[in-house]
Amino acid sequence: MVKIGLEVHVHLNTLNTKLFCSCSSNYEDKEPNTNVCPVCLGLPGALPVVNERALTMAVMVATALHMEISHILSFSRKHYFYPDMSKNYQITQYDGPGSTAIAYNGWIEINGKKIRIRRINIEEDPAKSIYPTGSILTSKYTLLDYNRSGIGLLEIVTEPDLENPKEARQFMEVLRSILEHLDVTNFELEGAMRADCNVSVEGGERVEVKNVGSPKDAEAAIAYEIARQNAALRSGVKIRRETRHWDSIRKVTVPLRSKETEEDYRYFPDPDLPPYYIPHETIDKIIKSMPELPESRIDRLIKQYGLDEYQAQVLVYQKQLADFFEEAAKEYKQYKRLANVIINEVQRRLNEREIELKNSKLSTEHLIKVLAMEDNGSISVKTMKDLIPKIIDGIDPEQYVIQNNLLIITDVTALENVINSVISKNIEVVRKAKQDPKVVDFLVGMVMKEVKKRANPKQVYELIQSKLREIS
Amino acid sequence: MISEYIKCVTDEGIEECISRVYDRVTKLEPKLHAFITLVDKDTVINNAKQVRSRKLMGLPVAVKDNISTKGIRTTCGSRMLSEYVPVYDATVIERLASKGATILGKTNMDEFAMGSTTETSFFGPSRNPWDLTRVPGGSSGGSGVAIASKMVEIALGSDTGGSIRAPASFNGVYGLKPSYGTVSRYGLVAYANSLEQIGPMARNASDLKILFSIISGFDIKDATTVSFDKKDDVDIKLNGFRIGILKDIMDRSSPEVQNVMSSFIEKLSSEGALIEEVQLGYIDYILPAYYIIAMSEASSNLARFDGVRYGYGRYKEGTWIQTFSANRAEGFGSEVKKRILLGSFILSAGYYDEYYIKALKIRKLVKESVDNILKSHDVILSPTMPILPPKLGDVIDDPLKMYAMDLNTVVANLTGIPAVSVPVGFYQGLPVGAQFMGKYLNDFFLLNLVSEVEKITKMAELTPSI
Repeated sequence: MVKIGLEVHVHLNTLNTKLFCSCSSNYEDKEPNTNVCPVCLGLPGALPVVNERALTMAVMVATALHMEISHILSFSRKHYFYPDMSKNYQITQYDGPGSTAIAYNGWIEINGKKIRIRRINIEEDPAKSIYPTGSILTSKYTLLDYNRSGIGLLEIVTEPDLENPKEARQFMEVLRSILEHLDVTNFELEGAMRADCNVSVEGGERVEVKNVGSPKDAEAAIAYEIARQNAALRSGVKIRRETRHWDSIRKVTVPLRSKETEEDYRYFPDPDLPPYYIPHETIDKIIKSMPELPESRIDRLIKQYGLDEYQAQVLVYQKQLADFFEEAAKEYKQYKRLANVIINEVQRRLNEREIELKNSKLSTEHLIKVLAMEDNGSISVKTMKDLIPKIIDGIDPEQYVIQNNLLIITDVTALENVINSVISKNIEVVRKAKQDPKVVDFLVGMVMKEVKKRANPKQVYELIQSKLREIS
Repeated sequence: MISEYIKCVTDEGIEECISRVYDRVTKLEPKLHAFITLVDKDTVINNAKQVRSRKLMGLPVAVKDNISTKGIRTTCGSRMLSEYVPVYDATVIERLASKGATILGKTNMDEFAMGSTTETSFFGPSRNPWDLTRVPGGSSGGSGVAIASKMVEIALGSDTGGSIRAPASFNGVYGLKPSYGTVSRYGLVAYANSLEQIGPMARNASDLKILFSIISGFDIKDATTVSFDKKDDVDIKLNGFRIGILKDIMDRSSPEVQNVMSSFIEKLSSEGALIEEVQLGYIDYILPAYYIIAMSEASSNLARFDGVRYGYGRYKEGTWIQTFSANRAEGFGSEVKKRILLGSFILSAGYYDEYYIKALKIRKLVKESVDNILKSHDVILSPTMPILPPKLGDVIDDPLKMYAMDLNTVVANLTGIPAVSVPVGFYQGLPVGAQFMGKYLNDFFLLNLVSEVEKITKMAELTPSI
């Protein structure tokens, strides 16, 4: 049996500031070490002051994850020396005397199964290490960029309830959707979500895999780890406790350090951040102001648009698809068909190109035009499908079908000309067709091929039948 | 007095007055070693001229070297920071500048404020101006010396367990450990965050109050500061004033100190003060509890000094563990290393509950005891230091003897209440200070009391002849 537990770290990058100072929470495109101040550099004498919006965000997430919320906001120091640490301790939340995490005991449902969440806590991110002459293991030296140092993080710790790589991926996708709906994290920014995956197979000890950057990578890293551990056990090698690093380019895990003993972090309450009591009213107010959560959005999509549960889930678990669907549904009323095209055609084409909907040029207006053209018979199903990648690139579909002669031929004279030409070249077949109606289908196929499928087969069939009657 | 400087500037101009300060510093500093860093004369004169229109008219002040000063080296008396020049000013420095003060220099101190004599300073000890063979107290020893010798009128110190009051007492000057949270710690290099405060030191009660008024008040950059009413109009009459004297602490003081204290108490009585002996209790547990908390916090606070971003970074080759270890091994002195080791031990799994949690319990009990006494008394009185200033070298090699010097002062840090040391007499030419502790946030009440006491002791502007 495989046991998988996740520690997911999510950047609170919509906080506007870092967690304990007024530097920006968005450091993308900034020169290294320019988004810094005495506090996040850990300069002597600098003091942290918490951005209280972090509390609001944590309470919303805790509520969405069905958790028990603590009524004290407190912070502890977790001590360990490491080059990316500006103070050689991390300000975090810890369950111990005088301090507590912000929430405990929640769950997320995946395929009807509850994945338990042990706790969530608010903490600060360390600086970013850059390895100029190789990897974390081989580089001759390390550069440090403190632009990230002090960014607020939410750590979400599960129980080891996940049983396979796919489940882990789904868990992270659902979690991501929740965080997107709460607007806690902007997932377009670099490093918005990272996970440490704890994986153990039967007969081995727990191995932690760090640096997993997406749900897809989580699935791959865990699958790799299970295979590696099983193979090792089969060849008689013991699986000991260790920390490994996910190499997302080579798609392998590599050893980082062994964990012979439990590290002693010497936690103690941070004397610079006095704990404070969170009144019930504050928590109630935050909960009341919460935006719609994925669970209720799924229910609503089913009721409001008549979607089936699968469709609603796929859309909502990728919030941008759901947003796109609801935007298009204002104009286009065949909801199930719209959902199907988004889920199957649009998503497939986006995946092929490895881009996000938000980063493509796809507009609801273009998609609706494509669907309407198919609905009124101006284009074929095939053309509709072929147009999706075009509109993802921002090409106007109406102009495109005209320029490329993709409109269906409905003009009788034009079709009759084609039929006459086919018949004149296939006299033998025509004779047979008069006796065997099945052969008529062959003639229809010949005509359709001639017009590159841009005709209605039913109309072609009827025109051929009347032509055959004429000939006799 | 501050007013002397103001008069000097009005009559003779900034350049003349500050030059006079430098003449005195140049003459005395080689004997006393009050400063680690002196700002050069022209810079100070220029800075002073820029703030001439403000209240203090460029008054030169001395600042303890663990308070961050932009562009002026801030060493904490340690080799670790011997070349560290901060990029930002502490909140107290900003407040002083906004009132027109100018920094003359950074004063000597025990390394990272760990010590009571200035002898743990990487830069060597300061000398007591009343007797050059004796220590000036610590850890804010340099600040005490600088004002006692009248190099400056006022100085900033910091007080974690008595570090303002010990040098105030040993140098015959005034020093206040403010209520916890009344003065911003933003920019104070932390030794033990939950215990310490920056505080004023001065040559008389009035200057002490002026300096406290300037530096105190809520600061958005320090989450432990509080808003409090700066009411300064409390009228104090010694007649009928209720003073509790800590009997158990008095009993542990040296006969010389007791002797001076007794005559001071008589003076208070003759003014009509109602004096009653009270017991603090937990007397054997106070110092262990204090040192457990202080060292635990210190081990955490001093972790950041690894020589990577700033500070002593002689070693750059090897793995990061080798580099960190080498920098810390050479950058810190032995007292600091001892406290980091002990603090790390105390916070480690299995010992945390046995030591740290127990120390917090004692802290709570001591607070209850103090609050209880202050219910029926206006203030609590004791000697500031249990002994006279020791000779250099006398206590530095005997940690228990050195730590024992802090017994009277640590009570105010453990409980967060304000405490002030005032000079009340001499024993064979050596000053003795008395300590008044008041209710939490009653700092101005205490400062007004000091003004009344100063009237009866007539001990202001004491200057030794060197």
